[in-house]
This record gives sequence, structure tokens and C-alpha cells, in this order.
Amino acid sequence: MAHTIRPSRAGGGRWPLLSGAIRLALPGLLLLAAPGLASAQEAAAINGADTAWMLISTALVLFMTAGLAFFYGGLVPSKNVLNTMMMSFIAFGFGGLLWAVVGYSIAFGGSSPYIGDVSMAFLSGVGLEASGTIPHILFMAYQGTFAIITAALISGAIIGRMKFGAYVAFISIWGLVVYAPVAHWVWNANGWAFQMAALDFAGGAVVHVNAGAAALAAAIVLGPRADYHRRAMLPHNVPFVLLGAGILWFGWMGFNGGSALSSGTLSALGVVNTLVAPAATLVVWSLLDVIFAKHMTAVGAATGIVVGLVAVTPAAGFVSPMSAMAIGAIAAFPSFFVLRWRAKSRLDDSLDVFAAHGIGGITGALLTGVFATTALNAAGQDGLLYGNPGQVVKQLIVVAVVFVYSAVLTVVILKIVQAVAGLRPAGDLERKGMDVLAHSEEAYASGEGAILIQDEELNGSAVK
Amino acid sequence: MKLIKAIIRPEKLSDVLRALYQAEVRGLTVTRVHGHGGETEAVETYRGMSVKMELVEKVVLDIGVSEPFVDVTVKAVMNAARTGEVGDGKIFVLPVEAVHRIRTAERDTAAVTPVAS
Repeated sequence: MAHTIRPSRAGGGRWPLLSGAIRLALPGLLLLAAPGLASAQEAAAINGADTAWMLISTALVLFMTAGLAFFYGGLVPSKNVLNTMMMSFIAFGFGGLLWAVVGYSIAFGGSSPYIGDVSMAFLSGVGLEASGTIPHILFMAYQGTFAIITAALISGAIIGRMKFGAYVAFISIWGLVVYAPVAHWVWNANGWAFQMAALDFAGGAVVHVNAGAAALAAAIVLGPRADYHRRAMLPHNVPFVLLGAGILWFGWMGFNGGSALSSGTLSALGVVNTLVAPAATLVVWSLLDVIFAKHMTAVGAATGIVVGLVAVTPAAGFVSPMSAMAIGAIAAFPSFFVLRWRAKSRLDDSLDVFAAHGIGGITGALLTGVFATTALNAAGQDGLLYGNPGQVVKQLIVVAVVFVYSAVLTVVILKIVQAVAGLRPAGDLERKGMDVLAHSEEAYASGEGAILIQDEELNGSAVK
Repeated sequence: MKLIKAIIRPEKLSDVLRALYQAEVRGLTVTRVHGHGGETEAVETYRGMSVKMELVEKVVLDIGVSEPFVDVTVKAVMNAARTGEVGDGKIFVLPVEAVHRIRTAERDTAAVTPVAS
């Protein structure tokens, strides 16, 4: 292939070499599989349908981070809602910028199995040429939306008690030192996980296990909030939580469907699996809720949807819809019980990022090794149920390495930030709420009793 | 003059307002408050965390009345707000030193007598 930098999140990951099932559905391109028949240039032609779907998918995944802000924002007390939502929104800025500047190159450049290089830093050589069948810059942007939300996911573990500057520094470094190399392992054709044919269609390991492990480590390093287990932390706006879960599900169609990096049978499979798996999780979660909480709770429903979405992420392009339903249904159990255990433990992973994304991601990644079938995606692998028990082992290795790498590096980064700037507000300041403390704003200010300060007063000249 | 302060269930507010209107009691202030009246605490569950809600929502009515209206008002509130369950609320009757109507500067009984319209 002409474009050696063509970022193939292929075989192991997203989009199997050009000869995948999707390509077979496009007879015109079949020729291209035969070397020497068509020029390499034509092989790398941009396809309008693929590009259109990837443009939409990029917007869909970008919207997920806004959905996450509402999901997390609704779960916290009103004194912390702006701080919590800003932790997601600021990732758009720092995460998005750093991705384009150097993160993309670290993830998708170079030929090392462990880390990319800086050959595409500042988008050098990332232009309008084809990458697969879409413009290279579009591929870069699509991947950037993943980097943004992965960093934002971690924030749920530490809400209400972290200095905002320290948080920004942390996710900026984490995106380059943890997210980008892990994406390289799994999605770059040279990455070691890709080479051993581990399957991760849309980021079960890269996004969810990665963020879940970082969240667990961050919650431990920061320690519990000042009044943990002394005051109940109630969600201040459950409708926000449902809105956020709905936006996440909507956006996830582009997350899993877009990970086909093309428009056709494979993206259709991804979208359908993204519909049915969370549906199954929601049903099981609701029934568990009835058994253990006596009611079908709204927060439970929103949580169940997210767990199902997480679990089907690594499997979306490799399994049948019936398998996806099974994955969704099974995934409800470990996350549900870890979440219940966590609430009574000393671990203040405040919004249960570990239970939802860590445990959900591990479950999904392992079950991908059980249910995957090459009948639907020739470029994937067969799983345990299709006569290849070794696939589960490969899945387990990648999950374990990603988990340990992410957790250890998270601790190291946080310790460095702590030494330089400190992680938590002094004393008991966090009790007043992080909105006023970190942002000098209130989410629901009434304005009563608010008197405008004139410029002269601010400057001190009014004293005379 | 008396100030009648009634603490009632929020879901009974419409019934109480209707009863007061029928008793021709005019002029009141409504405040939403939280309180505890000895009722069983409701339990809410969020993600495996069970929370006992020690405080429940109540509504306070402040009604300034002249002497002939005291019993009428108390009876109207009492009948309309009662469910028979613990947590129905309380009615306090407090003495009032003076009342001024801001618009006309009328005092005391004149100030709490509805404007003839």
C-alpha cells in the first residue's frame, strides 16, 4: 500500500485490512486486493460514502463528551456541578489541541510496537490524502474525539475535590503518556497488541479499561472527599443524568459504527450491536434494581445503559447481534455488584468510573474473545465459541497490560503534579463546593442580593 | 389580631387554599420548607447507596387575621389538611403586637380586613 502511514486500526482493531468483509461488499474494489492490477494510488482513493459517514461519526463522538458532562453533572451536588461539567468540557480544549499537535503522531506514527514517534507532530504530512478510504485529516480528527472523551471519563473518580489546574495538567500529560501509546499498541498496525491479533473494535481496552484503571488509581491517590461516608452525596439533577445517558447512546452509534472507518456492512453491524447490547443490559440492570433496591431507579437505568455501551465497544464489529445481546446482558452483573460493593467501601471513586468503565470494559474485552466470529468480519478472529479458545487469552493479556500500565502511570503523573502544584484544595475548602472555589461561579445563582461592582471600585481608585 | 402559622403537607396545599377561600379568609403567605414531624423516614436508593430522608417537604402558611376569624381559619386548615397519618402538621396561633398595611398605612384590625371590592 502506498500510504505506509495509513493508520490501520484494522485487523485487530477497527478495520480490518482492506480485504475485510466490508470490502467484499463493494465489488468494484475487489480488484484492488490483487497486487499489481490497479495502481496503489487508486487503491487509496477516497470514497464519498465512507467519508460522509466518518464526518458524521466524528461529530457524534465529539457530542459524547458533552453528554458525559451532563451524565456526571447530574450525579453530583449542585455546589459541584459546574466544576464537574467543566472537567469534561476542558478536555475539548487541552485534549483536542494536544492530540492534533503531537498526540496523534505518538499514537499512529512510527513503526515501533510500543510507541509512535513525532513524525506527524503539528500535523506534518497529515493532509487531504487518503487514509484507507477517507481523508487522512478526518481520520486524525475522528481519533481525536476518542482521546478527548477518554481523558474526560477519568474525572468521575475525583469530582468535588481536585484543584482544577492540577486536573488540567493531569489529563494533558495523561493523554500523551498513557492514551496515545495504548492506542498505538492496539490500533496501529505495528503495535504489539495489534500484531498478536487481539480484538478491540472501538476501544474497550484503549478507552474504557484505560480510563477505568486511571480512575481507580486517581481515586486512591487523591483519597476520599472530606465528608465521605459522613454525608450522603445525592444526585442534584437526575434528569441531567438521563439526558447524558441518552446523548452518550446517540453518540456511541458513531463511536462503534464509525470504528468501521467505512460506510457499509461493517458500520451497520456496529450500529445494530450498539442498539441491542445496551438494551439487554438495561433490562437485566432494571431487574437487578428491582431485586436489590426494590424499584427500577432512573439513575440505575442510566448507569445500565452506559455499562452496556462500554461492554459492546470492543465487540461491536466482530460479533452477531444475538451475541451482542448476550454480552450486554452478562455485563450487567459484574458492574452492578462492584458498584454496590464500592458504595460501602473506602474507595471514593465518586461516580463509579471503575465499576462502569473498568469492569464493563474488561467484561466486554474478554467476551469479545468468546463471541467473535469471522463469519461476520473476515478480518477479525474466531472466539472461544467458534473454536479458538486462545483468543480469550490474548484479550486477557491486552486488558491486563493496559490496566497495569494506565494505573501505574496515572499514579506517577499525579505524584509529579502533586509535588509541583498540589492536588487538593487546602483544608476543608472543598466542602463549600468546587464551583465557587475553582471557577468563581454558581450554577444556579438567583442574582438576589448581587450588587454590581463598578470598575473604579475594582481598581481601588474609588476609595478616594 | 393573631398570626396563624400552619405547617402542612405540600400535597394538601390546594385543598387548604380552597377551604380558606370558602371561609372568606384572604391574605396569606406560603413558604416551602423542610421539616420533621415524627413520621417514618422515606428511604431513597442511588446506585446501591440507601439514604434515609430525615427531612420531608412541608409548606408553611402565614395568615394574619382579626379575632373573629381565628377559629374559622384554624377549623378550615385543620379539616382540609388532615389525612389522619403522622406528619399532617401543626397550627400555631401567635399574638400580634401591631399590623400595618403598607399601601394605606391602616393599622391593626383595619389592616387585616380584606378590601371591599
